[in-house]
Amino acid sequence: MPAVEARGLRKTFGKTVALDGVDLRVEEGRILGIVGPNGAGKSTALHAILGLTQYQGELRVLGRNPWTDRDQLVRDVAFITDVAVMPRWIRVSQALDYLAGVHPRFDRAKAEGFLAKTDIRRASRVRELSKGMVTQLHLALVMSVDAKLLVLDEPTLGLDILFRKRFYDSLLNDYFDHTRTIVVTTHQIDEIQDVLTDFVFLNRGRIVLESSMEAFESRYVEVMVNPEHLAAARALRPIHERPVFGRSILLFDQADRQQLAALGDARTPSIADLFVAVMEAAEARGAAA
Amino acid sequence: MNTPSNVPPAPPLESRVAAPPIKAANDLMYWSIRRELWENRSITIAPLAVAAFALFILLMTAFGLPHKMRNLPTLDAAKRHAAVVSHFSVAPTVIMVTTILVGIFYSLDALYGERRDRSILFWKSLPVSDLTTVLSKAAIPLVVLPLIGFALSVATQLILLLWSMVVLMGSGMSPAPLWAELRLLEMPVTEVYGIGVFTLWHAPMYGWLLLVSAWAKRTPILWAVLPIVVISVVERVTFQTSYFGSLMMYRFMGAMTAAFNVKATAKGHYEIIDRFDQLNPLKFLGTPGLWLGLLLAAAFLAAAVRLRRYREPI
Repeated sequence: MPAVEARGLRKTFGKTVALDGVDLRVEEGRILGIVGPNGAGKSTALHAILGLTQYQGELRVLGRNPWTDRDQLVRDVAFITDVAVMPRWIRVSQALDYLAGVHPRFDRAKAEGFLAKTDIRRASRVRELSKGMVTQLHLALVMSVDAKLLVLDEPTLGLDILFRKRFYDSLLNDYFDHTRTIVVTTHQIDEIQDVLTDFVFLNRGRIVLESSMEAFESRYVEVMVNPEHLAAARALRPIHERPVFGRSILLFDQADRQQLAALGDARTPSIADLFVAVMEAAEARGAAA
Repeated sequence: MNTPSNVPPAPPLESRVAAPPIKAANDLMYWSIRRELWENRSITIAPLAVAAFALFILLMTAFGLPHKMRNLPTLDAAKRHAAVVSHFSVAPTVIMVTTILVGIFYSLDALYGERRDRSILFWKSLPVSDLTTVLSKAAIPLVVLPLIGFALSVATQLILLLWSMVVLMGSGMSPAPLWAELRLLEMPVTEVYGIGVFTLWHAPMYGWLLLVSAWAKRTPILWAVLPIVVISVVERVTFQTSYFGSLMMYRFMGAMTAAFNVKATAKGHYEIIDRFDQLNPLKFLGTPGLWLGLLLAAAFLAAAVRLRRYREPI
């Protein structure tokens, strides 16, 4: 059973189309990154998956309709849709008590363990914590829920790089067990490239590219071309070209690796670079049309 | 384009979903109500502060009790009773008024505040249904505040009683005449009854306020009061009548006439209620206004549950 299966997912707010027919399938045990510019529909898609908003089209999450079966679904799902949603009046100890009280899958000891690695005091209220600490607290709570599906919308917003790195390490080592499914959005794509098993690019409510990391690594090649080979490299129809320190980096889709290796240093691109290439190509097409 | 209604059913998939463990409904309700008390400390603090203040004043005025008791024999029986008992009925009255006010302001904010501060997204990430949430919030004015009010009333009355005895004996008087006027069994029972009937009578008001608080995008207090004012004014202007206004008044105070055998004095004051024969539960249960009100309250709460589903942070 796929953890998430969407077909023709649509959502409009008045005349604004937030989701314009999204087809998406996330198998169990995958870590999917949703990448897109602001306003691409990432949050709307996550809200639909979590049963927080109505939608048109077909959507199944853990085999359930997230809108009509929300009360059942939410037991198996943990999520952070926004880092600024922790109630400001709650004390850390109260949050722990409350979650232990209402959530059958909440592991209090685990949450205490996560919190022990931070400077967060039990008696503090959320309003007394720094932005980063609130996020740490929220992540500690969410990671201590034994969920089948974990949804994170910009989970590391406001955290310093050290904590971001530790968080993603912890996500992989302490949390992910290959039966759980994780869907994550972030603007710091490069930091999670090693974490993801799959990614999709979302733009203007549509999926413009979807790929597993394996397919991505075998399909795309980035070459820092030696100036004398530039014309030859361009003839191989790169999908994107950018200058770096007087040399050109060309991005190729499904090109012959051996042929490219002769033109310069070939390597796997970052998802961020591919994202820029795809978005700029889309803009160029839009401008031409 | 597919709508959810023509999605083919997928029972084989759903049957493979293991039944998840569920917390018992009363656990969820218990923690939800505790959550409300954590967030809204005025629920306990305001009645407590008012009770403490009233008690302080009453303890002070109790020093005038020996003088009052000496004059008692000069009064007729009814006035004698009122003179003694009025001292003891002050605290329950102000505490009840306080709990009602706290209930009103709590209800107006209960489903609005969580959208305004976006915490609704946090609460919705936890397995507590909209129904449980709304019911736990409705339980504050309908169950928790009445219980707090009753406990505080009885506690202040007990302290006042003990203190009055100390004052009387300190000035060499017997507390017996005091005991003779106070109906120690009937007083708390009439208080429970009074709090109970007023809470049931006010249920649609709390339901309405919760509904507005789930619906309003801003200033719920305005949206709660505006329709009542507008309807009253329109009625006044078009028909030169004020049925709606009287209906609202009846909804606020009507429990006095519907549930008790008491008459208002010319000045609009009610006599002190501390006798069983002043209570009329059968008349109360036979009042259509009670049942219509409860039906309306249930409808308002059902609508609030539904609205909370669709509502997003504001």
